[in-house]
Amino acid sequence: MLKFPIYLDNNATTPMDPRVLETMIPYFTEHFGNAASRNHPFGWEAEEAVDYAREQVAKLVGADPKEIIFTSGATEGDNLAIKGVYEMYASKGNHIITATTEHKAVLDTCKHIEKSGGEVTYLQVKEDGLIDLAELEAAIRPTTILVAIMYANNEIGVVQPVKEISAIAKKHGVLFFTDAVQAVGKIPVDVLKDGIDLMAFTAHKMYGPKGIGALYVRRKNPRVKVTAQMDGGGHERGMRSGTLNVPGIVGFGKACELARLEMADDAARLSKLRDKLENALLQIEEAYVNGNREHRLPHVANISFKHVEGEGLLMGFNKNIALSSGSACTSASLEPSYVLKALGLGDDLAHSSLRFGLGRFTTEEQIDYTIEQISNTVHKLRDMSPLWEMYKEGIDLNSIEWAHH
Amino acid sequence: MAYSEKVIDHYSNPKNVGTLDKGSKSVGTGLVGAPECGDVMRLQIQVDDATGVITDAKFKTFGCGSAIASSSLATEWLKGKTVDQAMTIDNMDLVEELNLPPVKIHCSVLAEDAIKAAINDYRVKNGLEELVFEEKGVH
Repeated sequence: MLKFPIYLDNNATTPMDPRVLETMIPYFTEHFGNAASRNHPFGWEAEEAVDYAREQVAKLVGADPKEIIFTSGATEGDNLAIKGVYEMYASKGNHIITATTEHKAVLDTCKHIEKSGGEVTYLQVKEDGLIDLAELEAAIRPTTILVAIMYANNEIGVVQPVKEISAIAKKHGVLFFTDAVQAVGKIPVDVLKDGIDLMAFTAHKMYGPKGIGALYVRRKNPRVKVTAQMDGGGHERGMRSGTLNVPGIVGFGKACELARLEMADDAARLSKLRDKLENALLQIEEAYVNGNREHRLPHVANISFKHVEGEGLLMGFNKNIALSSGSACTSASLEPSYVLKALGLGDDLAHSSLRFGLGRFTTEEQIDYTIEQISNTVHKLRDMSPLWEMYKEGIDLNSIEWAHH
Repeated sequence: MAYSEKVIDHYSNPKNVGTLDKGSKSVGTGLVGAPECGDVMRLQIQVDDATGVITDAKFKTFGCGSAIASSSLATEWLKGKTVDQAMTIDNMDLVEELNLPPVKIHCSVLAEDAIKAAINDYRVKNGLEELVFEEKGVH
């Protein structure tokens, strides 16, 4: 039996795995100690739990536990990495390279840096969403201190050539930071093999709790340092003060362990379901996949259905299926997705997009239902779309002088 | 954002979806909005030349649920009104009837614009001068 609503918005957040919750519960009540309390068993227990979780987290990404700095999430991790490097390496330079399809937590942090006197290059992406490595290398200046490129994109799931990017950065003596929120726990990420110097990730995108994340900060070859962005008790090797969120950290650790053990099976199963969904929806006339289909997360698809508007489309089934759209109407800004626009998609196609994020608890039955619902709604809305009617009459929509407002 | 029941009702059972003969002298067609902005409305009126009464109205809309509901409701209101009466339909009446939140007011403005554009198209076809309307400026 299908239970509603079906959740296909796992790029926004994931449900917590019940096994994670179970691990966390004693740390709210019984083992509630402050991990920094050095003089009694409550503190010792908490510290032990944090140490264990730190190992679980480190192991998932091939890091040393000492290289894991716990944060409140990836927005904080992004801020700490970029602002922290900018301040720490100010004597070396003030130039940062990033890309236009980054998450707002990176882009807005870079804007902040520009306001405080730094220089930022925003690389355009190719129409498949990948950056151009030659352009990246050409953008490096003597004053460049950081390359900040995400591992995998939250809207289209495209996976950047991280190894190649880090090699270029290393060759020029520049640090490489990656926001790996969508990738960690979903595909193999290894900070050593991938050549990553700093990496932000978070628990709630991998079946862990909200409000806890980590910043990986490399300790060897090179030893990387960031300036703390919050003053206080000097926790987390002085890089992030604040009493540790012990239950959150315990849950994050468990989520990382589960991901490490189950990632391969999850990915194999989800990529089959994703392909089934995508292939079925591509049977609909004038439907297009956004972004590179080969270098992509296994559980993500982003599809535009021409001549229907995304929010209108979602409304056809959003009581039963939770999805998100690149349409303007789903955001407060009335601007369609800047990520899709960066691929060179016209605003009209950006407005017509749906993002599917499958997850550990997605079933084939849910996918079958979703295919049926979306197909029906697309057809229904096209029957009432003036654009579809014009398209069918052979009118070139670009030849019309639209009243832009 | 949760939709009002009336928006959901118009979205699920839109009234007067369709196409009238835009070549006919007694049909006025208004096409407003732009695909890049995420909404395009086409609203058409069929006018009885003798009485000036709108005997039929049809729409097709590319847009969100509120845009669809605004145009569906507009066609309901247009039917039976004279062209002169139709000109008095105000976007805020649509907002009130559909309980549109502030972020969706532009959908109602678009519907009002579509009505006016359809009326003007009808007027021009019938040798009358085009009316100049005040800009709402809420886009």
